[in-house]
Amino acid sequence: MTFYLDDHFLGIEVTEVKEVIRSRDVVRVPLARAEVAGLMNLRGQIVTAIDLRSRLRLPPREASIEPMNVIVEREGGAVSLLVDEVGGVREVGEDVFEEPTENLRSDMRDLIRGAFKLADELLLELDLEEALAIGKGTDHVLKGE
Amino acid sequence: MTEESSDGTQELVNEFLIESLESLDRFDGDLLVLEANPASSEAVASVFRTLHTIKGTCGFLGFRGLEALAHAGESVLGKVRDGRLAMTTEMIDALLASGDAIRQTLASIEATGTEGTLDFAGLARQLTGSLGQGAAPSSPVAPRSPRTSTPPQRTGSPEARAEVQVQVQAPDPAVDPESGKAIDARGGVADSTIRVDIKVLDHLITLVGELVLARNQLVERAADMSEAGMVSIAQRLNLITSELQEGVMKTRMQPIGTIWGKLPRVVRDLALSCGKRVAIRLEGEETELDRSIIEAIKDPLTHLVRNAVDHAIETAEVRAKAGKPPEGTLSIRAFHEGGQVNMEVSDDGAGIDPERVRARAIQTGIVTAEAAEGMDERQLLDLIFTPGFSLAERVTAVSGRGVGTDVVRNRVERIGGSVEVQSRMGQGTTFRMKIPLTLAIIPVLVVRSGGQRYAIPQVNLLEVVREGVGEGALGIETLHDAPVYRLRGRLLPIVYLADVLGLDRASGGTDKVTDIVVLQADDRRFGLVVDDIEDSTEIVVKPLGRHLRGIEVYAGATIMGDGGVGLILDVIGLAAKAGLLNGDARESLQEPEAEVSRGEQVDGSVSFLLFSDVDDGRMAVPLELVHRLEEFPLDSIERSAGEKVVQYREEILHLVDISALLTERRKARRVQEPLRASADETIQVLVHRQGDRSVGIIVGKILDIVEQPMILQRASRAGILGTLVMGDRVTEVVDLRQLASAHMGASSIGGGYDL
Repeated sequence: MTFYLDDHFLGIEVTEVKEVIRSRDVVRVPLARAEVAGLMNLRGQIVTAIDLRSRLRLPPREASIEPMNVIVEREGGAVSLLVDEVGGVREVGEDVFEEPTENLRSDMRDLIRGAFKLADELLLELDLEEALAIGKGTDHVLKGE
Repeated sequence: MTEESSDGTQELVNEFLIESLESLDRFDGDLLVLEANPASSEAVASVFRTLHTIKGTCGFLGFRGLEALAHAGESVLGKVRDGRLAMTTEMIDALLASGDAIRQTLASIEATGTEGTLDFAGLARQLTGSLGQGAAPSSPVAPRSPRTSTPPQRTGSPEARAEVQVQVQAPDPAVDPESGKAIDARGGVADSTIRVDIKVLDHLITLVGELVLARNQLVERAADMSEAGMVSIAQRLNLITSELQEGVMKTRMQPIGTIWGKLPRVVRDLALSCGKRVAIRLEGEETELDRSIIEAIKDPLTHLVRNAVDHAIETAEVRAKAGKPPEGTLSIRAFHEGGQVNMEVSDDGAGIDPERVRARAIQTGIVTAEAAEGMDERQLLDLIFTPGFSLAERVTAVSGRGVGTDVVRNRVERIGGSVEVQSRMGQGTTFRMKIPLTLAIIPVLVVRSGGQRYAIPQVNLLEVVREGVGEGALGIETLHDAPVYRLRGRLLPIVYLADVLGLDRASGGTDKVTDIVVLQADDRRFGLVVDDIEDSTEIVVKPLGRHLRGIEVYAGATIMGDGGVGLILDVIGLAAKAGLLNGDARESLQEPEAEVSRGEQVDGSVSFLLFSDVDDGRMAVPLELVHRLEEFPLDSIERSAGEKVVQYREEILHLVDISALLTERRKARRVQEPLRASADETIQVLVHRQGDRSVGIIVGKILDIVEQPMILQRASRAGILGTLVMGDRVTEVVDLRQLASAHMGASSIGGGYDL
């Protein structure tokens, strides 16, 4: 399951994804960490939305881009990952996989498992657990700057 | 059988775990009945049955260690049942220990599928060993009657083996010739009940919650419609939904006895280790509460019970000296009242000495000596709920309680309950908890701030004040950066919701009204200023995801009637965040804290109430000495025996002019005009309390609240502590305590008002 963030092409395992939905109203949660975009109502379930741009310390999304919600189910409730655009499902082989390269920004590297060298572009595999572990262990990433 | 256990076997194991855990709960209770009344053949039979069933199933499932242990226990009990042995405390101990070991093993089976590494053979030996110490039955005929007549042999020294006897009020401890029938009846109940996964129930509750919300919307719309048929359909839906909601909520209700079941054991073990004799009485076990609430109060309740046994109830010797029965009594009572459940934990122990609480509180710096001085007994006792407070010095038998009592209050308040304590020296202590029946659906007030909606639980809500900002209205007085509001003469600290949440305050240009929600958190009142007040409604509480869990100001989230998400405010968390809960005095005059909330802490400062006397001389008193501010119409003042008095809160409040109190001016004032008032025919009064007596001090005008260090110049006259410069004016700091005491002393001789 692939998606775009800024000019990066990322992906997570498709089995992790419960569903993908268009943007909907998100209620801000004051005092929450910056990565938490807010809460939304997904058919009666309250879902925490995480802005992956903020999480990966990418520049904020331009107002013209309506984010998409990639919903993943986790213990203690579903979480929505806000991405710029969804790229569909791609099948990739382990043989084209490579550990994160040095030129990847160091704060981003902690959240990226590695890259699949596809013919046309580079697909970065997001470390979902790390990405969701906001404020736990990865604090140094946030305080780094 | 572990790795390759098929689903079928796994199901059997699960069933076995659930059943065994359930019967073990009964097992402990039965053993305690047996200890109190060794003659209860019903209890023996029940304990025997439990072990027998476990043994049988273990044999089938291949848990050999557990099987052996259960078998050893079973053979001990078999002998007791057949009248070949009398039950001893050692045997009870060993059996209880086996029960614990079985529980532990069951937990291990659940987690890993294996029995774990317990020394089953050793435990089994211990069980069989306890037989050796058991008293040989003096007669082959079954149960021996009261064990006091045949004290079991004791191997240890008598004091090590303390005189412990825990009595459980068993429904019928006597031999029941029809016990066989009773078992049949139990079987009947089992046939008419089914086990339901709690997740299924929780999901149902959620759905019903949604239905309630949809119903609310529909009913509202239908009322606007002219179509008669629609209205009646809406009404029917309304009724059915209410009934459905009630029914579904019932499925989650459990009798409180489910958590009480373990208490006799806790009391027994603890009493044993403290060398005390404690009987526990349970009343109202059938009182039903929502499952989640039962879970939430389990720990606080256990804590109170432990405290009572450990600290409150005295040893038999001390009790005997005090003329009390040697055995202490711990009573736990639960009952429904006004849509809430009341639960009382009372003991007949030493009670809490308020003076000791006062001394400890001052010593540990929880309150200042001044603040402690003015506290009455109830306020003093309430201090035991303060974090960090402890009486546990354990030098005397009157070493009270208090360790972790703050946690008890905290937990109970988190679920919207309250807890208070009453105590009489030498007679005992009672903790009284009020607990809501359910958490899942709660009534709230919806407010708006920064363009979003927030829900405030009604349980924290005292009132809503809509304050006009026009002429005549006081509005919120921003006194030296600490916002306060005068609510019926009482100063209410004000917190801006937008500030606490880090949002911009609404630019209230068009809005001529300030909405203040008066809230109660942990004995404190404060006013929360919100942009707008929307509605009262019922909401379904949903927990926040893990990313938001650490934020103390939220209790959860909910889906509003229109499908949007709203955050539920945690009023206690909110007050803590605003810095309102860490002060010392338990009154609501909390200027300094309110200021802290705005990030301007001034170290070592004292809050002064600045006022003028009738000659416009500037005076100040430390704010903490002022109990309340009142304004009385001039014509409400009466005279009695030459003193000014006013009817105040169903009491008679004695009034005295500040100028008259200051000796130097007294003569002149008396002659000139004994009673002064501002132009608007009212007088401003500071109410000062000492102990349970109050006096009203008439001042000219209340000017401001000023925070600054108390660095005084030498006193210029009697009754004045000293002077300092406030703003740009020299201000006299009045020695209010001394003046008032002198005055109260004088008037109680003359007038005899016992205020």
